[in-house]
Amino acid sequence: MIRFIVRRLLQLIPTLFGLSILLFIWLRRLPGGPETAILGERGTPEMRAAIRQNLGLDEPILIQYGRFIRRMVRLDLGTSISTKREVTTEFLQRFPGTVELTITAMVIAIGIGIPLGYLAARRRGRFLDHASVGGSLIGICIPVFFLAYILKAIFSENLGWFPSSGRQDPTLGATRITNFFVLDGLMTREWDAAADAIWHLVLPGMALASIPLAIIVRITRASVLEVLNEDFVRTAEAKGLTENVVRRRHVLRNAMLPVATSIGLLTGGLLSGAVLTETVFAFSGIGAFLADSISQRDYPVLMGFIMIIAVVYVLVNLIVDLSYSLIDPRVRVR
Amino acid sequence: MALLDVEELSVTFARRNQRPVRAVDGVSFSVDAGEVVGLVGESGCGKSVTSLAIMGLLPKQPGLTVGGKAVFDGTDLLKIDDRSRRDIRGRDIAMIFQDPLSSLNPVVPIGIQVTEVLTRHRGMKGEAAAKEAAQLLDRVGIPDPKRRLKEYPHQLSGGMRQRALIAMAVACQPRLLIADEPTTALDVTIQAQILELLKDLVRDSGTALVMITHDLGVVAGMCDTINVLYGGRVVETARRRPLFRQPRHPYTVGLLGSVPRLDAGRGERLNPIPGSVRDLLPWPDGCAFAPRCTRRIDSCVGEPPALVVTHDSRGYRCVNPAPLPGAPGEEVREVVPGSATPGSVPAQAVPDDPPAVPGLAATPSEEDVA
Ligand SMILES: Nc1ncnc2c1ncn2[C@@H]1O[C@H](COP(=O)(O)OP(=O)(O)O)[C@@H](O)[C@H]1O
Ligand code: SF4
Ligand SMILES: [Mg+2]
Repeated sequence: MIRFIVRRLLQLIPTLFGLSILLFIWLRRLPGGPETAILGERGTPEMRAAIRQNLGLDEPILIQYGRFIRRMVRLDLGTSISTKREVTTEFLQRFPGTVELTITAMVIAIGIGIPLGYLAARRRGRFLDHASVGGSLIGICIPVFFLAYILKAIFSENLGWFPSSGRQDPTLGATRITNFFVLDGLMTREWDAAADAIWHLVLPGMALASIPLAIIVRITRASVLEVLNEDFVRTAEAKGLTENVVRRRHVLRNAMLPVATSIGLLTGGLLSGAVLTETVFAFSGIGAFLADSISQRDYPVLMGFIMIIAVVYVLVNLIVDLSYSLIDPRVRVR
Repeated sequence: MALLDVEELSVTFARRNQRPVRAVDGVSFSVDAGEVVGLVGESGCGKSVTSLAIMGLLPKQPGLTVGGKAVFDGTDLLKIDDRSRRDIRGRDIAMIFQDPLSSLNPVVPIGIQVTEVLTRHRGMKGEAAAKEAAQLLDRVGIPDPKRRLKEYPHQLSGGMRQRALIAMAVACQPRLLIADEPTTALDVTIQAQILELLKDLVRDSGTALVMITHDLGVVAGMCDTINVLYGGRVVETARRRPLFRQPRHPYTVGLLGSVPRLDAGRGERLNPIPGSVRDLLPWPDGCAFAPRCTRRIDSCVGEPPALVVTHDSRGYRCVNPAPLPGAPGEEVREVVPGSATPGSVPAQAVPDDPPAVPGLAATPSEEDVA
């Protein structure tokens, strides 16, 4: 187990190395540079050159890359060109918002998706089945930002049930410890602050949950249908077990195996930021900031954020693999 | 009165735009308390469907019709509600299946799969259940039972898995055990051990056993009474000795001819039944075995052959049975005219093979399982 974890973490090193090279090449091939973003169309060639020199962008690319690697080894990600603050600081301030949003979306998707997929399989061919299969198709097709706008228009602007933007009401003056607003509220016992943060998460969380929800419903349904035909379910029935035990212990446990894998992948995907949803709800996560950084050609932010996201992605999947070996004894981690 | 009385059991699978398939077409047999009864026939003749119908375990699919009776201890199993059926299953009637690996839940330890029966029907929990489970494993010949209880099915050998399934089946000392080809998926040496174990268990506990097999060699060593099935019907019923000594139905004769005998000389060829199980006539049109039968006469075709019951309570469904050598002739007790519901086709597809009847797959396809 320990060896499995260590090996997976060691495998991360060449992955990050390769990723950094690809990123470096991709970024430098984008037309324009930070100087264009800063000066707009008005800058003179001299002014541009000065800025490039200042940022060290005039040196040969290999030297620049070498410098980047040297800093990476010291876990120093540099300074943002546009905000002038440390990339690490920016990340630690914004990533918790994305994590909270991801957790909200996955709680909604799993909490509704698994029971719904299970019921659809049990009521196969009946109304609920057709409704959930059709509904999940719509969930996959509908653009997330469109859904976000609709949710905001109905539940926030029209009905006023939920706040329309931000992560928390600033007038509450909540104490910040980890920048996970819900967690901070719980730690400092500022219950109103925690509740307000959760309130702000509901609508963007619902918008973001749509695709994972649709996928989880479909995978659960297909998986349950397959397991219901398995011989061991017949054995369980032959033992006269109650329907409840047959369902929980024999059908659901086995049906969850493929669902667990997909949950890991979906979570990893959401953690890399939801640009449009965050923009619609002016939710300060990493998504909107990353989008800005691309248009600003903020190289250090882009490099740093993407590298950290890659690490997080690998860690999430490592956790999924480890939990998978807990629910399926045939898979041994070595 | 018999412990289990199956009367005119029929199972039909309806198909879209096609004639329905009769997998079981009027099967009747009975099992006395403590008796070992064989159900024998080639693959696809309806043995598994018969046993699943008795247990109420047929796949719940639209178009499935089950007719007839299966009276167990005075109760018709086909008429009772789901709850009473669950009370009987595992407690009074238990079943073991062909493939021990796929019949065990891969993600639940063996111990829990044994104790769940004890909890359900005997109200045992915790330590007491675990202790009883270990004793059960020990009784079916699994060494080091305490350790095995914690293991998962994939950690056991094929023979051990089937022993574990047998332990679960006998956990509540059922009065009837149904074994559907319990040795078919196992190595030859293991097969003999498992049969020996089953024989010992039913003898010691007085449990009645329905032994389902395609292999007459298996029933020869253990069954008191044997029912031979063909095309979803019992074509011959007899006690073991008379059946092996003087088979009357040409199909039984053919089956015996294809059993390898230890005393057969080298080079002596087995005589397989000509043709294949797929060549069969629908019962309403005559004897289903007619296309393969060497004793066929004109009256075999036209209407289903009557069931002839003789003085020694043997029965066969044939108009031109094999003669009794040197016997003074038999006393026919009863002739039950063969009836058949027209408009359906018998099913006799070998599982995993192309279907016997065009358009019928052995298992329903899950077109929308993506
Ligand atoms: N669920 C089903 N739907 C349609 N036909 C079935 C189904 N299950 C079994 N059959 C048919 O019933 C016949 C008898 O099958 P079975 O009882 O499994 O034979 P066996 O004697 O080998 O156990 C086969 O021809 C099979 O095609
Ligand atoms: S009824 Fe005719 S065809 Fe059928 S088994 Fe007897 S002799 Fe053969
Ligand atoms: Mg079978």
